[in-house]
Amino acid sequence: MKNEQFNNRNVSNGYFLVDIEDYPTDGWGKFKRVVKRTFRGELFVGLWVVLREMIKFDIHTIQYPAEKMPIGPRYRAVHEMKRLWESGTERCIGCGLCEKICISNCIQMDTRIDENSRKEVSEYSINLGRCIFCGYCAEVCPELAITHGGRYENASEQREHFVMYEDMLTPIDKLKSGNQLEFEGFGAITPHEDERVKKTPLAY
Amino acid sequence: MSKITINIDGREVQTQEGEYILNAARANDIFIPAICYLTRCSPTLACRICLVEADGKQVYACNAKAKDGMSITTSTQTIEAERRAIMEVYDVNHPLQCGVCDQSGECELQNYTLEIGVDSQNYSIKDVDRSSKDWGHIHYDPGLCIVCERCVTACKDMIGDNSLKTVARGSEALSAEYKDTMPKDAYSMWNKLNKSVIGLTSGEEMLDCTSCGECAAVCPVGALVDTDFMYKSNSWELKQIPATCGHCAAGCQISYDVKHTSIENPENKIYRVMNEWNYVSLCGAGRYGFDYENRVAGKDEKAFASALEAFKKADTIKFTSTITNEEAYLLQSLKEKNGYKLVNKEAKSFQTFLKDYSEISGTSLYGSDLKVVHNSNFVISVGGALKSDNPNARYALNNSMTINKGAGLYFHPVGDPIIEGMGKSIMSVNHAPLQEEAVLYLILDLFADKSKLPTAILEYLASFHSKKTITVEETVKEKVTEIVKVMKKNEETGEDEEVEEEKSSMVSKKVSKEVKVDENRLLSLVNADSKFEEELDKNLKKKDVFALIVGPDLYTHPNSRNLARLVALIEKYSAFEVTMIPPLTNSLGVALICELDDNVGAYTIGYNTKGDFTLSALGDASECDLDMPAMNQQEGTLTSINKRVNPTNAALAYFGYELNDIANALGLSAEHVIEYTALLPKNAGFKSEQFDNLPNHYENDGTERRGYLLENRSIELSGDEGVEAISDDKLEGTLIYLVNPVRQFTPFTNKTTLLKTQGGVYMSEEYLSKSELNAGDSVRIKNDNGELVLHIISDNKITGDVACIPTFDSKINSEALFSSYRFATASIQKV
Repeated sequence: MKNEQFNNRNVSNGYFLVDIEDYPTDGWGKFKRVVKRTFRGELFVGLWVVLREMIKFDIHTIQYPAEKMPIGPRYRAVHEMKRLWESGTERCIGCGLCEKICISNCIQMDTRIDENSRKEVSEYSINLGRCIFCGYCAEVCPELAITHGGRYENASEQREHFVMYEDMLTPIDKLKSGNQLEFEGFGAITPHEDERVKKTPLAY
Repeated sequence: MSKITINIDGREVQTQEGEYILNAARANDIFIPAICYLTRCSPTLACRICLVEADGKQVYACNAKAKDGMSITTSTQTIEAERRAIMEVYDVNHPLQCGVCDQSGECELQNYTLEIGVDSQNYSIKDVDRSSKDWGHIHYDPGLCIVCERCVTACKDMIGDNSLKTVARGSEALSAEYKDTMPKDAYSMWNKLNKSVIGLTSGEEMLDCTSCGECAAVCPVGALVDTDFMYKSNSWELKQIPATCGHCAAGCQISYDVKHTSIENPENKIYRVMNEWNYVSLCGAGRYGFDYENRVAGKDEKAFASALEAFKKADTIKFTSTITNEEAYLLQSLKEKNGYKLVNKEAKSFQTFLKDYSEISGTSLYGSDLKVVHNSNFVISVGGALKSDNPNARYALNNSMTINKGAGLYFHPVGDPIIEGMGKSIMSVNHAPLQEEAVLYLILDLFADKSKLPTAILEYLASFHSKKTITVEETVKEKVTEIVKVMKKNEETGEDEEVEEEKSSMVSKKVSKEVKVDENRLLSLVNADSKFEEELDKNLKKKDVFALIVGPDLYTHPNSRNLARLVALIEKYSAFEVTMIPPLTNSLGVALICELDDNVGAYTIGYNTKGDFTLSALGDASECDLDMPAMNQQEGTLTSINKRVNPTNAALAYFGYELNDIANALGLSAEHVIEYTALLPKNAGFKSEQFDNLPNHYENDGTERRGYLLENRSIELSGDEGVEAISDDKLEGTLIYLVNPVRQFTPFTNKTTLLKTQGGVYMSEEYLSKSELNAGDSVRIKNDNGELVLHIISDNKITGDVACIPTFDSKINSEALFSSYRFATASIQKV
């Protein structure tokens, strides 16, 4: 093992401050900023485009958010955590493969040993602000536990936007009513899988 | 051992005569798969996957020795078929639960299954109930176990606890058809595997051993895991920080495995300690005593200012040996600059002992190290409670006995069932305290080259010998001839008649005989039993490499000067190579770097020990005036028993002030304390190496690339080799001994989550049953020096009637009872 990596004693975490103009602090400065932002020429460029399309009366837009486009079953939006059909228990076993494969390092999980000596996921979070929705987590998941879902509305007040395990987990009543959808995209079982697998012999 | 050349897969490879083929290949970066083999231990031959072809014959690389000119092929078609079958067998009934297995990612079953390319299974057998077991600090899951027996081998050949063995699995026999259809080795390996799982030698429910955790470390799969680590983290999430264990002087190579504490808390935390178990074995303190870091929020400027005040006022700095070489150098520089007295009791006594020793040996350091002990076949230990003082020395002793068919002598006043459990070839002699001189004279008498010994010593030794006539009963076999009458058929007449016949037989007979024998009074002085000489003669057969381990009892002995000189004489005039156990972590480094003083002055600064102003990494706010980083938060070097300067890196961040900040404020100048690494005194054997250039790893052939070795400089001899006679001093009364239980060294080990315990007075079960005391009772221990009230802890790892008092618990001021020698007498009364 090489020790060079330990020779760098600059222990800051790699973040640095961006060089930007200071925010105005006094009233006059703030007023000037408002005026400058309000009466910029770009505003009228946008207004013109809207006006132009309006008087053409050739409208293709759907009435979002009242109306929404249907999305494909393989669409990769905000993750979902699935439950087992039979027992309703969570599919996630806490193997950590999604955490490992994630190329934008947005998944983190804490595991612990529970009362029944089983591995339990005590905490699980995905930072949607970092997530690039590549689908690797769904693909690598050995239990088909983490999948992508159809919820694509991620508006948030800040760049970091964490989604926790409980938020992604299929509600138990949704499962019971049979409304949990299997994901057909990355990680899903390919058709005719059974025919292709060579079965392990069993002495029972 | 001579160098030979062998040919592996067309490559000419140099190796030693008698080296195993596997080791020769590994040393030259040639891959031969092997699961059950542990370097430094005896081949187990459980996995059989290391099969190779040597000169056209299939052999196991782990136990076939290389011969000159041998030609080895590591892979042929039949070998590939065997290996594939072996891996398939290992995968039979192995749960496909890698996702919830702690070993996943560093599992040898995973690795070899992929390496061999097992993509389908041909074999099957009905499984039996193999539910998991809680063995205390170790958790065993037989369902995952592949019975490679590496844990058993490590425990037997290296650690010496012999706590694990294979027990019956209770499964059905293999289907007969496999015998004909399967590759031969795979079948016999499966046949054995199918009959056993791992169990406890004691037959109890819980492990009762010295709890080193080495079995879990060597386990290739997730069968044996540390209970504490279970399901805490995947191995690949952990970052390994190469370090040196800071608990004792063995200076074991370890890596702290760190990761953020949790999703909420991004601060790093140490999850476990790993080691290169092929080349170094840890003890329980090293493995489980890792979270002793001192977490502080930030720089406490007020405390720092008062520390500077205190340093201005102070005339003494008192410190412990849990300190890096750099900080020791820094203290020495402060001494030279500001004239502080440096006080470190244990290092001072060791320093004096080394100095006295070098007057006769002519070298600044002892001549040998633990590696030599590993490779020797007759080891003597004097003055050290090995399993507590330096577990690695104990491993070396055990390893030399198991691997080199060695033998040994263990001289110590406190009986040690762990040492006795290592086998019959180690003889324990429980001499009285203060008789260490007699022990060393006895070693001289038994082993020194009498033709070279100075005459004064020869005469003194001869004075212990006397001729005495004793009556021995001997069994003599005698031929006895008898005339018996037998009925025989007369061939002529055809009738039976009585015939007299001579019949002789051998009859053993006891005869008393008077013989003149040599009586060695030294033997009775050290309490050796009557069979000592006879057994020693037996044990000494075929022994040619001798090692002597000298322990800390001698350094504080009232006649330590005489003892040091005797040790030097033994090294000079006998075949013994001497290794000394430094009392604590870096006592050797401190002894070499610092000029130490005997007595404290008017105002003392304590570093990790109590002073008028205390700097401490122990994090106990009531006893600490300024926080310091603990050893796992520091970088620097530590000098080990093997005379090696080992680097250690900081595993965890530290945000407060450190000693270097104080030194800088007092006029020294270094940005980081490791700038002092290159400045360590050359005249004490250190080299001017920059810290950043110091390696910390083992090569594939086991070469230790860690830091550098101290130079053992020669010292001018005075020519005086005189030693004093054995003093008549005796300790009369109830004995107490200053020693820690296993897994404890200092308050730092006692600070960790897994090892935290309350100390007391440790008494053997034998002692308790003889006296009216019971475990849990409070007793007042009192002598001229002071008194302590402690509760009794029953300890089955000691025997005899010496009460042991620990130093690891900072709440017990154990020094109050002892003047300097580790033994004392005291009255023990129930309160």
